[in-house]
Amino acid sequence: MDVEILSRIQFAFTISFHYIYPPLSIGLGLCMVAMEGLFLRTGNKMYEDMTRFFTKIFALIFGLGVATGIVMEFEFGTNWATYSKYVGDVFGSALAAEGIFAFALEAGFLGVLVFGWDRVKPATHFFATIMVFLGSMFSAIWIVVANSWQQTPRGYRVVGDGLEARAEITDFWAMVFNPSSIERVSHVWVGSFLAGSFLVLSISAYYIRKNKHLQFSTAAFRIALVIATVSALSQLFIGHKSAEVVAEHQPAKLAAFEGHFDSLAVADMYLVGWIDKKEEKTIGLSIPKGLTFLTHQDFTTPIKGLKGFPVADRPGALNIVFQSYHIMITIGMVLIGLTLYACFLWYKGLLFQKKWLMTVFQFSVLLPQLANQAGWFAAETGRQPWVVYGLLRTSNALSKSVTANQVLFSLILFTLVYLLLFILFIYLLNKKILHGPYKADVVHRPQQESMADQF
Amino acid sequence: MDTFLGIDYATWWYLVIGAVFTGYAILDGFDLGAGSLHLFFKKEESRRIALNAIGPVWDGNEVWLVIGGGTLFSGFPKVYASIFSAFYIPFMLFLTMLIFRAISIEFRSKEPMKWWRKTWDISYCVSSTLLGFSLGIILGNVLLGIPIDAQGNFTGSTLYFLNPYAIMVGITTVALFMMHGAIFLVMKTENRLYAKLTILVKHSTIFFVISILLLSFYTLLYVPHLSERIRHNSWMFIIPIMMVLSVANITRLIAKRKYLVAFMCSSLTVALLLIIVAIELYPNLVISTLDPAYTLTVQNASSSAKSLEIQLMFVAVGVPLAAAYTGFMFWTFRGKVKLDEMSY
Repeated sequence: MDVEILSRIQFAFTISFHYIYPPLSIGLGLCMVAMEGLFLRTGNKMYEDMTRFFTKIFALIFGLGVATGIVMEFEFGTNWATYSKYVGDVFGSALAAEGIFAFALEAGFLGVLVFGWDRVKPATHFFATIMVFLGSMFSAIWIVVANSWQQTPRGYRVVGDGLEARAEITDFWAMVFNPSSIERVSHVWVGSFLAGSFLVLSISAYYIRKNKHLQFSTAAFRIALVIATVSALSQLFIGHKSAEVVAEHQPAKLAAFEGHFDSLAVADMYLVGWIDKKEEKTIGLSIPKGLTFLTHQDFTTPIKGLKGFPVADRPGALNIVFQSYHIMITIGMVLIGLTLYACFLWYKGLLFQKKWLMTVFQFSVLLPQLANQAGWFAAETGRQPWVVYGLLRTSNALSKSVTANQVLFSLILFTLVYLLLFILFIYLLNKKILHGPYKADVVHRPQQESMADQF
Repeated sequence: MDTFLGIDYATWWYLVIGAVFTGYAILDGFDLGAGSLHLFFKKEESRRIALNAIGPVWDGNEVWLVIGGGTLFSGFPKVYASIFSAFYIPFMLFLTMLIFRAISIEFRSKEPMKWWRKTWDISYCVSSTLLGFSLGIILGNVLLGIPIDAQGNFTGSTLYFLNPYAIMVGITTVALFMMHGAIFLVMKTENRLYAKLTILVKHSTIFFVISILLLSFYTLLYVPHLSERIRHNSWMFIIPIMMVLSVANITRLIAKRKYLVAFMCSSLTVALLLIIVAIELYPNLVISTLDPAYTLTVQNASSSAKSLEIQLMFVAVGVPLAAAYTGFMFWTFRGKVKLDEMSY
């Protein structure tokens, strides 16, 4: 395998693994703000226990998010040196802003959030919780702005040509508010709220099923259910807006999302399907004229299909784009159905009566995770063959001095380390959950043997 | 290029990056150093106290590395691209160590088993030491210069980074961090662990003095370009004098139990060392050993004036804020370590 494919696999692998954690931090952060807010408002100690319990889980998630996140920042330089030189002037300022404004806020108050319970006043602690949550939200803004600039670049000019070509910033605000920024930042935020609230739902549902900590878990479940329902419903709207931006600015990506080949025709919307790349057609179950209707609100406007683009400018892995896009949408619909049904039962006073529903919620934590991953796969593989849409091809963005063997070495290294990380993460998360909110999760035994002379 | 107070934006940005990396070395330096010393503590409780001394702050300290990487990327993209791709393998190992260190701190005290804690203790100590060492290795190579071509692409071999000078800088960095970390831990501990640490401060200070002396001789004899500016501007000799005085002060202050001032002295030592580096390197950032014309300098490798202007505004607003959070955090967790339910 060559440097390009290895570097792409490594970046996809490290970013996918990283992206397990930040959405959980953001969503869990919001849940913790709600819980601690309720504690300060009601004075009910149970909400404090609840916040403390989820803070421990938050700390574990945050730690892994930081460790895997620094990798991303360095990988631009190590594997994508040409890209870094090309975009540094524009993209770098967003990345630097993330560090200076967002991550510093997050990490600066994390110590107080996790370790400061007995050192600061409750109101100061609540302030720290809010700051950590806001820091993670700002972090998402800058990172997604930088990525959105790669999708829909604005506010730049290209100077130099050939090997020396690079983008220079001309208008900072045009770069920040490029056509896809607002839609994509909101989409990522709400996806994160879903990830975090479904983690709380899952843990609470497990306790409810096992008849443990009932007062605690039913209260946590309700808080998270409110956040999850509002998020799932608003994601329908935001996701639609996001697709409209794709339709307007990245037509080849939209065509790949829906497997639409005819160069200019009314387009269907597939529920499930498979792209036959050789025959250039899509087989599956579709709503006739559905894509045209969603994009243009009529049944007659034609949409440019993949055949309307030169083969070199079409996304290569069409089925990955198509399938991951459809997985995301299907899960989005399932989440809406699930949360609305649970709210209906809540209204009827039957929410915690149905054991099977609690089992479903216990495992549902995987759904938003899967949807978040699938959505990013669709967004990033759909942008191919470009790394900066229309400006820089992925194949031209590599580090010239790095060899395939070096990348293979680091890819194997990351695979092993991340596998270990993931096993430890699941093990410790599971342990914390099993211990529950009311018991210290580790007993620190004093050392048995006498070591009077050692200290 | 546009200027501010008579200094061009690119040079300002050079100073910003220098300040951020100095902040990083001072802050993460002590917790990396504490990590290197970890295995000298034998008792379980001592290890937990040492770990929790840095517990609430290490994450915040690492922020400065993230900011440093971001400011290098945005201000000098060519340098960022060139160095990071040149030292592919050391950076990958650096990242792996960073991960191992984070999870060692996070996971160590989560299980009571002896083998579990011992494994993470070793992993914590080794990764902390190798992090300091690899930072030194990379700095050493940047000081010497590396073979880069006209496009800034590295042309050396994979193991090029392992040269004697870089290894010397690596060892000195580890020694510096150990001294710095020991003083920090003295401030945070009591009783017997504290008594032990006062001895460790002395030993690590001696280790540092020996390494820096050897490194200085090596530099003066074999790497003359790294002392040129001070040689031609003799008033600058005040910087090495100040550095020697602050190191000499450390043991004296420890004996007088003025730990906070001692910690300030070792922070000053870190800062002065990096100031010497910054003075000698300027205006070069990555010296090409193939052809001086290929050297990446503050002027030829920087982002556009427009981009730097925006970023300088970010820094003017953001860095004082970030410093304030850091200060608030250290204030909240001032005083000796007390273990509680949330501790590592």
